[in-house]
Amino acid sequence: MTMLGPHAGFIFASYGIVVAVIAGLVLWVTLDGRGRRRELADLEARGIRRRSESGGASR
Amino acid sequence: MRLIDYANPTRFLGLVGVSLKWIAAATAIAFAVGLWLVFMVAPADYQQGETVKIMYIHVPCAWLSMFCYVTMAGSALGTLVWRHPLADVSAKCAAPIGAAFTFLALVTGSLWGKPMWGTWWVWDARLTSVLVLFIMYLGLIALTETIEDPIRAARAGAVLTLVGVVNIPIIKFSVDWWNTLHQPSSVFRMGGSTVDASMLVPLLVMAGAFTGLFVTLHLAAMRNEILRRRIRAMRLVEASRAE
Amino acid sequence: MSALSALFFRELKLAARIGGGAPMGSLFFLIVVTVVPFGVGPDMRLLARIGPAILWIGALLATLLSLDRLFQADRDDGSLDLVLAGESPLELVVLVKCLAHWTATGLPLVVVSPFLALFLAMEPVAIAATTATLAVGTPALTFTGAIGAALTVSLRRGGLLIAILVLPLTLPVMIFGVSAAVAAVSEPVPFRTPFAILSGLALFAAVLGPVAAAAALRHGGE
Repeated sequence: MTMLGPHAGFIFASYGIVVAVIAGLVLWVTLDGRGRRRELADLEARGIRRRSESGGASR
Repeated sequence: MRLIDYANPTRFLGLVGVSLKWIAAATAIAFAVGLWLVFMVAPADYQQGETVKIMYIHVPCAWLSMFCYVTMAGSALGTLVWRHPLADVSAKCAAPIGAAFTFLALVTGSLWGKPMWGTWWVWDARLTSVLVLFIMYLGLIALTETIEDPIRAARAGAVLTLVGVVNIPIIKFSVDWWNTLHQPSSVFRMGGSTVDASMLVPLLVMAGAFTGLFVTLHLAAMRNEILRRRIRAMRLVEASRAE
Repeated sequence: MSALSALFFRELKLAARIGGGAPMGSLFFLIVVTVVPFGVGPDMRLLARIGPAILWIGALLATLLSLDRLFQADRDDGSLDLVLAGESPLELVVLVKCLAHWTATGLPLVVVSPFLALFLAMEPVAIAATTATLAVGTPALTFTGAIGAALTVSLRRGGLLIAILVLPLTLPVMIFGVSAAVAAVSEPVPFRTPFAILSGLALFAAVLGPVAAAAALRHGGE
């Protein structure tokens, strides 16, 4: 603490909030990506294809 | 029509899959080097003491808040002029990230200002401009979230983004003018050309690290959004088959 | 040109009808000016000092609140589709609609502002300056607001969103409007400098507003 001078609290607080917000963003992107990939795998396992892949046959 | 819609995103997904790991790794290394420079090498400022350490995160956040808006403006052009489907995705994913970094720029600016100015907030020209930018980000997100149809939402957001690009310099100029009118002497200057080389190198490394972080987050969020849209399309196929 | 002038008078007639909303703006303006002394206290010297700011904020809010009907009524009865498909350039149509809207809602605000200024114990010079800045500045507010109105035209309740989108964009007009009005009575800068910039902003808004609003209407309509 003494190494960072009398305003160490402010320094820690600002680095802390930056780390917290960035961690939130990373977590959001990671969890969102994981969830979407699982959904996609689930849909593909049930044999559902996008129209572009099935060549419009599903119509 | 559908084929063209998804051809580019598919190639984009492949590209992201290959490059994302490397960009993320480079970002992590840049952060490690940057933080080491900031806490072990960079000297304390003779005026501000160790408080200057806040600059190394405040300035990159402020830089990203503008860089992200420029990214969105480029995407807005892509949406309106070329009708590029990836541009919609890019703009939509950049907005929350930009808002987050603008928020960080405000909070760290305030935390830096408290020991320097003695108050949490001053209506300093730069802080005020960042606050207005933050409000504009939130307005953009509110607009695109309120319009249900994704294509219409993207186009409305694109028009507003471009209006913002034209207006932001005018707002900046007005706020500067207003500020000099009410506060003839600037209390405290952040950054600028007065930064010594011993501080400039760590600052540039940190700015690079933050930019890498933004690119990583943006690409990953775009990939998620493309997957989300695919899932939506597949659900529609499933629903139409069930009938 | 006759089609546009017909549109102008049609808009005016619609706005002047009961329920058109034109007198409501002035009433709202009066209420804002009445509410402020309850908030800051009846100190006449303080009120005189912040008078131009109060009038400007009141006019800004009154303009913003009247904006949501600018395109929505046309969308509801289908005439917006006709305009989109029509021969007149959409930008000009939007410009004419904004001018009519300002004549119906903005001009009354300018007219009543000297009387409201009396409540605030403002000096005659300050009253004249504030009225002049409002006369130049309120069209700029309408033009800028048209962008927000066009962006939110497809939404059921866009009123609050319009205010959120438009308020940051109106900051320059607000800053230079109040500055010019204050400069007329106090020393540091002459009245003409901020007033000239305000006029420039108004002209700029008269171009940017219709162009951007037309773009928003076109892209929202497809």
